[in-house]
Amino acid sequence: MNLSFIEGNEAIALGAMASGCRFFAGYPITPATTILNNMLKYLPPADGVCLQGEDEIASIGYCLGASMAGMKVMTATSGPGISLYSEQISFAIGSEIPLVIVNIQRLGPSTGSATLGADGDVQFMRWGNSGGLPVIVLAPSDPRECYELTRHAFNLAETYRCPVFIASNKEIAMTKESVDLDALSDPGIVDRQPSPAGTDYLPFATPDGIQIPYFEPIGGDILSRQTSSTHGPNGYITVDPGQIEANVERLRDKLSRAVNGFSYYEYDPVADTDTLLITYGVTTRAAMTAVRNLEASGKPVSHLSLKTLWPVPEEKINEIAEKYDRIVMVEMNLGQYVREIERILPEKRVSFLGQMNGKLITPAQIERTVNYG
Amino acid sequence: MDSLLNKNRPPVFCPGCSHDTVTKALDRAFVKMGLQGKDVVVVSDIGCSGLFDTFFNTHAMHGLHGRALTYATGLKMARPDLTVIVTMGDGGLGIGGAHLLSACRRNLDLTLLILNNFNFGMTGGQFSATTPTDAVVGSGFLNQLDLPMDACEVTAAAGAPHVTRCSCYDKGLAATIEDAIRFKGFSFIDMWGVCPGRYTRANKLTPKMIAAEIDARKPYTGEIEQNLRAEYGAQYRATAAALPLPGQPAAIEPEYRAPVGNRQEVIILGGAGQRIVTAGESLCLGGMTAGLQATQKNDYPITVLRGHSISELILAPDDIEFTGIERPNVVIAIGPEGIARRKDLFAELGPESLVIKPLGLETPATQAETKEIDIKALAVKSPDMALAALAVLARAERVITTEMLDRALTYRFSGKVLEASRAVIERVQSL
Repeated sequence: MNLSFIEGNEAIALGAMASGCRFFAGYPITPATTILNNMLKYLPPADGVCLQGEDEIASIGYCLGASMAGMKVMTATSGPGISLYSEQISFAIGSEIPLVIVNIQRLGPSTGSATLGADGDVQFMRWGNSGGLPVIVLAPSDPRECYELTRHAFNLAETYRCPVFIASNKEIAMTKESVDLDALSDPGIVDRQPSPAGTDYLPFATPDGIQIPYFEPIGGDILSRQTSSTHGPNGYITVDPGQIEANVERLRDKLSRAVNGFSYYEYDPVADTDTLLITYGVTTRAAMTAVRNLEASGKPVSHLSLKTLWPVPEEKINEIAEKYDRIVMVEMNLGQYVREIERILPEKRVSFLGQMNGKLITPAQIERTVNYG
Repeated sequence: MDSLLNKNRPPVFCPGCSHDTVTKALDRAFVKMGLQGKDVVVVSDIGCSGLFDTFFNTHAMHGLHGRALTYATGLKMARPDLTVIVTMGDGGLGIGGAHLLSACRRNLDLTLLILNNFNFGMTGGQFSATTPTDAVVGSGFLNQLDLPMDACEVTAAAGAPHVTRCSCYDKGLAATIEDAIRFKGFSFIDMWGVCPGRYTRANKLTPKMIAAEIDARKPYTGEIEQNLRAEYGAQYRATAAALPLPGQPAAIEPEYRAPVGNRQEVIILGGAGQRIVTAGESLCLGGMTAGLQATQKNDYPITVLRGHSISELILAPDDIEFTGIERPNVVIAIGPEGIARRKDLFAELGPESLVIKPLGLETPATQAETKEIDIKALAVKSPDMALAALAVLARAERVITTEMLDRALTYRFSGKVLEASRAVIERVQSL
């Protein structure tokens, strides 16, 4: 087994290239900058385009234009940049523009600490759009998952025509690790669906049996319309309440009803425990050590590590949590995803450990929470 | 050629709106140039100018206020053959100011039409970036305090190679638009017109007055000689095509046997310029030559070249789960800035831990075994001290061996740097 020494951000860039990413635009911001650096290294010589925008709003706007022209696109930033992306993210959601957004989370609020890690944007990514429609958020815990979830992110963006977030963290992004690149899994490449030949193209029509509109690129032979306004199937403004309602409900359902198809997680069950530990992101790593230590001390716990955060994989969590009385949720914020866990598991006793001081949550802290609540 | 106007969606502007004349002139320019709908995209944003994309049977992208240039940039870079027309009002001109300046500097082949009617028509006639200070508009006294901006002066100063100021009522408007579209590079037209729905309710402005005011100003009629240069997209593609394809990250083959069989945590404490990060990486690569897993986390101030530099390294035969270090096996202390930052660490070390430091450098009291390097006797300079400490570590067969370290250096360096690095190790280990 040969090992390469790469950081999480380089793994995301490699994943993007392997996914057929053709366009990247970003604005420098620690700890996401090395994605821009890597894309600038990989994309232009491979006949792709990498741009540095004049600000974050422009960077994601370039991506929306290039995506509408038919390219697979990605941008990367951190919390302060997500704030500036927000209006364009709403556009991408409402107008179904495929896009991968990498959020290398750093300690907030506001400009906070550029070089300290956190998972403080977990609810922000879900709700930081006008209209409150769902998005997909995937959370890697190490460079291998940075690569593999980036591969999935591109395929999901194409399949569902939506923005897909990679919710990384400074602690993964800028930590170099040994990775066996030959062992990375390849989920294949999925492309957005063109309209069937010989049919009249309506950019947002969803004929019977399909939930995602066919895609014709701006600049192709078939005229394509895109608009951020409330639109009907033809891509023109509509004020028809029936059309509006059907469209927003479709935008919700196309993701929330499909999440079983992309509920990525790792589940490590043990016998003789009433406790399920739930983590995501870099905290999963400390939890793995805590789980081994707890087992060695005769107090084993099961462990669920979530990779798909949004839409909440409710069925999967319910199914796994069923046989436990107690849930221990650990995350690098003051309590964000635990709200979802409490919402979907109202019968369970939920203990919470959260921290926002720029330091990793340690295995010992997790063990204490498991042991003493 | 046929008109590209969308017969099913005729313009719906207020009676007398200058946007109406621009719509027709733009269509005449398309027809004259023989453009088909599929050759063109109309990119628009918010406001009355944002209705433009609906009037044409072309590709269309309508987005957020002031951001039309951002979508246009992505579209044009992705589809260089597409004719990209951007319509914005004087509102978009203001809110999208950063994008405007950037487009001028970049010189991508876009045509930007500013439908300048001196106020925010759609929201009730508030003042915009071009509202005169003596106008009566929907923002109370506020416009009296801000200077209006001359969009042509600004774009020319920002590097736009093709700038035109004209009236929406000019007979030659279609030809002016055509000239801008045909220009290979960023072209900008500041088109002055009347907003009868809002602006002229309280302000007198006629086509004649507009013509007189334009005549009184510095003329902008197209090419700006000092800004003429290669178009961005063509230049980008030519530059990119000449770049070599980068290699994939190096893959390290396991060749050696690690001296210890369990997880080892090492911290290097130093200052800027002491090659702390490089030494940390060398240690990790060395570990990988024995098939060990490795992680490296660095800590230094955002401003470089001064202050602390700290590298946290973990080597382990199995997957490294938690990447934090709580009680390191080895501390390499070579600079006071790094030591000060982690001074509490030393008291926590047990006798099984090892501290390596230059002879004479002060470190907090510790129970750990301490090895000192006589840097003067060995003639080791500050930038080589971290490497010298790795040589000591390797000689003691703690964490890595000398052959692992040497192999790591061959992955990291070549030529004279490699020779010099090997010389440091040899010198340190000769004592």
